[in-house]
Parts: sequence; structure tokens; C-alpha cells
Amino acid sequence: MAQYAVLVYSPAPADPMQMTPDYLALLERYGDQVAELGGQIVTGFALQPSTTATAIRGDVVTDGPFIEAKEVVAGFFILEAPDLDVALKIAKANPATTDGGVEVRPLFQPPAE
Amino acid sequence: MSDPAGEPDVVAERGVTAERAVTAERAVADAHRREWAFVLAATARVAGDLDVAEECVQDAYLAALAAWARDGVPAKPAAWLTATAKRKALDVLRRDKVFRSKLPLLVEPVAVEVPDEPGEDAVPDDRLRLVFTCCHPALARDAQVALTLRLVCGVSTGDIARAFLVSEPTMAARVTRAKKKIAAARIPYRVPEAAELPERLDAVLTVIHLLFTTGHTAPTGADLVRVDLVERAVHLTRMLLALMPDEPEVRGLLALLLLTDARRATRTDGAGRLLVLAEQDRSRWDRAAIAEGNDLVLGAFRTGRVGRYALQAAIASLHAVAPSYAATDWPQIVRLYDELRKRWPSPVVALNRAVAVSMVDGPAAALAEVDALATDPRLAGYPYLPAIRADLLRRLNRTEEAATAYRTALDLVDNETERAHLTARLNEVTAADTR
Repeated sequence: MAQYAVLVYSPAPADPMQMTPDYLALLERYGDQVAELGGQIVTGFALQPSTTATAIRGDVVTDGPFIEAKEVVAGFFILEAPDLDVALKIAKANPATTDGGVEVRPLFQPPAE
Repeated sequence: MSDPAGEPDVVAERGVTAERAVTAERAVADAHRREWAFVLAATARVAGDLDVAEECVQDAYLAALAAWARDGVPAKPAAWLTATAKRKALDVLRRDKVFRSKLPLLVEPVAVEVPDEPGEDAVPDDRLRLVFTCCHPALARDAQVALTLRLVCGVSTGDIARAFLVSEPTMAARVTRAKKKIAAARIPYRVPEAAELPERLDAVLTVIHLLFTTGHTAPTGADLVRVDLVERAVHLTRMLLALMPDEPEVRGLLALLLLTDARRATRTDGAGRLLVLAEQDRSRWDRAAIAEGNDLVLGAFRTGRVGRYALQAAIASLHAVAPSYAATDWPQIVRLYDELRKRWPSPVVALNRAVAVSMVDGPAAALAEVDALATDPRLAGYPYLPAIRADLLRRLNRTEEAATAYRTALDLVDNETERAHLTARLNEVTAADTR
């Protein structure tokens, strides 16, 4: 099994309190779908809206997310899946892909000494 | 004579040795072109690492050069090479007792032993796994193309770089990055399951078609056709068809490549000037390739599951059998473009359809369609749009506008043969204008 971070992007400001009942219903079912597709969510978090973010670049502190964009990181979870094909299938089923998108990124494993 | 080389026996023996070396060299080159994919795909499974596999296969080919010159060419060269490369891979694995693979390949265990010879029995060989891994949708298109040439065709990184007009370090970095992603993101070494197959196969066919078109119309430089890329693409499609005989789109792609390439000899004149379809000497088209292409088109249509490649091949087939440009079955071609547009809503298809429309309904009707397409942002900077527009305007005797359009096209084209063609047309219309 490999581990992937799945970064969830939604239209800014991605406020979890503004999720529609439909979206919440989809999210409710997602855990079961992940298991059906052969993966497992190790842990996951939703974030406060991007209006609450603070970015630091060099020694400059600014209000807002690190990268200004139409879509912002809304949350992330760690996914365990046998290979990228399974991970992508699970990521595609995430409800965020309807109005935003997700990024699938393998976790770094330090090479064994 | 004290020189032992002057002894007749020694001379004869040397002659035999030299002859054997030449035969071995030729056999190795032949096996490189034909069996590379098979040998690498089988070795990758044993090595579990693409870099190690590549190295071992290269070593095996090198060893073949000496061994075949010494012992003669084996009856089954692919089996010899596969066995040698696998043995080298096992040696590497054994030597590094705690083997830490740099680029571990996600190989699924299989119950059956992989054959040492292609196509010997019903056991599917590993070449398809290799092709689908190289063309995985998680890899960028240019990486898919580079990996396919490198791993499936065995083309050197330097040659790939030259074909795509980038520096060798750039191409080497592209290949390495792609291999690392396969390992780090765990792209599996696997043929996709039936549900995913149509989409995944389409990516493979797109890569092969891109190879062909890059070779067929080299984007820059003096040669219109880079024969090697064209032949690699045809060879690759043949291999794919042998491995997936029930896929009509593979049949369609092979037909399209053969029918397009059948015109190769007539695409330029003796002076290297580009000849458009209407000007080409049809008696010199490759009849054998056309016959094979036509059969493949029929085969694809008989399945009732035609896709975009079979439809494009059908259009190429109508051109190939037409006695002349004017006497081509243009109404049927327009109908095929309509079908094609349904399956593949690309503005390029619509543009090519407009050319066929000009032969059925006249250049004015076609020009209206081309002008409607000119606003499509996907065609911004596409040189064939102003070129086609210019030809339609020329046929309508609107020479001044035609000249402007030819100039626009010239600004967008890098291939010297195509530039010469457009310049000649531009001179034609400006001469007519000043007359």
C-alpha cells in the first residue's frame, strides 16, 4: 500500500459552513465509496475559509492564502491505496471535483538506510 | 612472405570472421528494432525497476554482438536476448543483497511464467503493460511520447531530442522525471481493466499518432518527412494490433498511417517543393500500402464500433482510391467528416471538413465556415487556418485578401518545405494582382 496526500481545492473562500446540503450528503457517502474502491482514509481535515489564512513569504506577512487564485485549498486527507490508478479513481469520486478539483501527491518516504 | 596474414588459410578464416561479424551486427540491429519492446518488457518484470531493466537489456544487446559473431546468430534471437537480460537483472538483484531499487516498478505477481519468445503461446506478453505504463494519463503528453520512444522503441535519448528539436539534456531530464514519477506515485505496470480501456487506449493511439505526424510533417527544418519516426509509428501500431486484434481503433490507426504514408514519395517534387494533394502523381502512390489500408478500414467498419481513427482512415481511403482530386467522392467525405465531428468535436476537424465542402458547394460556402472558425481560440496560431482561407480566397479571385492570408500563414509556419509552398502561392496571387 502507498500513501497519498489528497489536497482538496474549492472556489475561494471555501468556507465549510457554506457547504450545501447536497454537498454534505455526497461527503457523507464518500468514506464508504473510498472503501468500495479499495482505499482507506488514514486521516483528514477541513480548513477554515481562506479569508482566515495568513501567508509569509521571506519576512513579509500578508493576509490571505499563499497563492492568490480562484480556487483555494479547502482541506486535505491522507489516503492509503495500492497504486496510483486506485488513488486516482478515489480522488475522482470526491465531491470537490464538481466545482473545484483535487491534487493527488504521493507522500515522501525516506529511502531505507 | 613472412607475414602470416598472407597465408591463404588465415586470410580465408579472417574473411569468414569478418562476414560473421557483419551478419551478427545486422542481426543485432534487426533484433533491436523488432524485439526491443519485448525484451525490455519481460526484463522489467524481473528487475522491478525500469532503469535496471534498461541497463540489463542494453548489456544483453552488447553481449549479443560478440556472442553471435562467435557462435552464430541463435534461432530465436528474442529468446536469447530476454534470457540474457533477465539473467543480468537477477545478477544485479543478487549482488545488491539488500537491493534498494532507485526506480521501483509496481509489478503485480502473475501466476504464469512469462514466455521468452513473442507470440509463441496464448500467454499475454508484457509489451502491453509497458506501452500502457509509458502512456499513463498521469504523465504529461510530451513525457508519454519520450518514454514510448525510449522504452518501447529503444530509441536513444539523443535521437529523440533531435526529433523533437530540444537539447539532449532537456530530453534526458524529461525521461528521468517521468520514470521517477512512475516509481514515486506508483503508476502500476499493468494493462488497464476493461472499463478504463477505451480511454487509456485512446491515449496510446494519440501518442503513436503524434509520433507519426511529427515525422510526417517535421515542424521545422528542411526535411518534410522524418522517415525514421514514421516507420517507428507504423511498426508500433502493427505491434499493438497483433497484441489487441479486437480493437477497431487500433485497426483504424494503422489504416490511417498506411494510407497517409502511401503518398510519401509524391509529397514533394524533384526539387523538394511541396505538392498538395491535387498536384500529386497518383500513379506513384504505394498501392500495396493502400490495399492494406483499405482492408483495415473495412475490417474496422465491420465491427460496427468505428471511432475517430477509423473515420479518418476512411476519409484517407477515399482519397487514395480516387482517380483524381476533382473526381474524388467529396460528398461522401463531407458525410464522414460529419460523423467524425460528432465523435471528436475538434475545430481542426471542422476546418478540414470546410475544404471538402469547398469541393461540393464551392469555395464561397467553405469560406463562410472557415471564417466562423477563425474566432475559435483553439485555432489561434494554427497555420493551416490562414493557409486554407488563402486558398479559398484565391479560388474566389479575391487576390488581395488571399495575399494577406498567405502572409499570415507564413508568419506561423517553420517547416521550410511548407514555407516555400506558401511563398510560391503568395507570389502567384500578387503577380495576378499587378497584372
